[in-house]
Amino acid sequence: MSNAQVEVVAAVAEAYRRDWAKVLSVTVQMTRDLDLAEECAQDAYAQALQTWGERGVPDRPGAWLTTSARNRALDVMRHDSVFRRRMPLLVADEAVQGPEEVLDDDRLRLIFTCTHPALSTDAQVALTLRLVCGLSTPEVARAFLVPPATMAARITRAKKKIAAARIPYRVPGPDQLEERVGAVLEVVHLIFTTGHTAPFGSHLVRRDLTDSAIRLARLLHLLMPADAEITALLALLLLNAARQETRMAVDGRLVLLSEQDRSRWDRPLIAEGQSLLTEALLRRPPTRYALQAAIAALHAEAPSWADTDWEEIVSLYEVLHRLWPSPVVELNRVVAVGMRDGPQAGLDALSPLLAEPALATYGYLSATRADFLRQLENWPKAAVAYEEALALTDNEVERVFLTERLTEVSRNL
Amino acid sequence: MAKYMILIYGDAEQWDAMTEEQWQAHNAGHAAFVAKAGIRFLDGQQLETAPTATSLRADAAGRIHITDGPFLETKEGLGGYYLLEAADLDEVLELAKLLPELNYTHSGVEIRPVVEHG
Repeated sequence: MSNAQVEVVAAVAEAYRRDWAKVLSVTVQMTRDLDLAEECAQDAYAQALQTWGERGVPDRPGAWLTTSARNRALDVMRHDSVFRRRMPLLVADEAVQGPEEVLDDDRLRLIFTCTHPALSTDAQVALTLRLVCGLSTPEVARAFLVPPATMAARITRAKKKIAAARIPYRVPGPDQLEERVGAVLEVVHLIFTTGHTAPFGSHLVRRDLTDSAIRLARLLHLLMPADAEITALLALLLLNAARQETRMAVDGRLVLLSEQDRSRWDRPLIAEGQSLLTEALLRRPPTRYALQAAIAALHAEAPSWADTDWEEIVSLYEVLHRLWPSPVVELNRVVAVGMRDGPQAGLDALSPLLAEPALATYGYLSATRADFLRQLENWPKAAVAYEEALALTDNEVERVFLTERLTEVSRNL
Repeated sequence: MAKYMILIYGDAEQWDAMTEEQWQAHNAGHAAFVAKAGIRFLDGQQLETAPTATSLRADAAGRIHITDGPFLETKEGLGGYYLLEAADLDEVLELAKLLPELNYTHSGVEIRPVVEHG
């Protein structure tokens, strides 16, 4: 490829990342048919590769693509008189110029439609990745380790439900907004955590997913800057992403937070996360994501694992647990207790969780217990706990780490 | 506008065990639902419980078999329905949340869009 061609391909790729949601959502508003809009948006990007190569990259690539997709849709709808829809038209309001405080953005309509509570969580995540983030169906399938045909069927089924049950293409009204934003954020958070610790496979982190989640959170923050819960989630994602590169060694080994090279953490990202967090904390009482972000910020600020403000982290986990009771949150609090008061205190705090049914197959519980026992030099029990953790973990990178620890402990037996 | 069927499901034993006062409150809830639905209400009825049902099925030879009981034997049976006309699912969801079946854990409702022909 010539330099000019390389530039065009890069410009189209950049416009895809930045503008896909806009191009698609505006086209959906016009066609009121998700499939037709998707085809037209894809055609517009294919056309851009050719036209931009001949005439240069336009000043406003997003606007060019949107116009091109809309023209393509108009063409199909005007000329193809036999064009028959497989599904009923989406219910969409006419785009009207409302008062300033009314949220009127096509991308928000698309996001709220994809995360409607009448769709299953699986379907919400798949649709959001496909339609809002622009991942291809095989890419979405790979992220969740299902065959492409299964994912394609899941997406088709969800689109059919949106059309047939008339899930509206609309930003919910003020009385519904908080609840619906909560559902959107859950999807974004789920996409990030799935990418952050890929549950299976040989990669610990899936950048396609964590990047998609961060772009979504940034978009939501841009469109709804006054929403403290969105601000807090964006802060949380940035603070976690800042450490992403140091979580795996060059040989693919898992590196625990305690062992990570803190000089390689992304400082500008941490600074951005901290400033967003400060903004989000102005709202009282603090929300779930704000508390999680505050904990992440304390880790990001600490000069070392040992010199972390464990006192503060324990109390933040206590507040979080009251607000959002979850055995996983409790387990994290126990880890912090172990750091503050020593491994025996940690082990004592852990014991009530051993009977918790929700954690019965949770590998981190065994791994945490194993680590306390290892620090207490109780080698036989530590070995058993590491074996348990290994049996419960499917992620290859984590398995390598646990096997190493087991070998180390077994040497002392 | 589109039509939606709201199917009301619940445990008939629990419905049968309700007191007169509970039924009065329950019926008041349905009256409030119908009032709120206004012109969107097209039809709605309470059904006799599952033991009164009669089901018909055909076998491979085309013979029709009549059986005593509901088509599907489930703990929670169909107890009634509403037929509504609404602009979209959100409108129906808002209305359906008012239904008194949602005051109990044994009962609930299912919303099904009606197929439009033509």
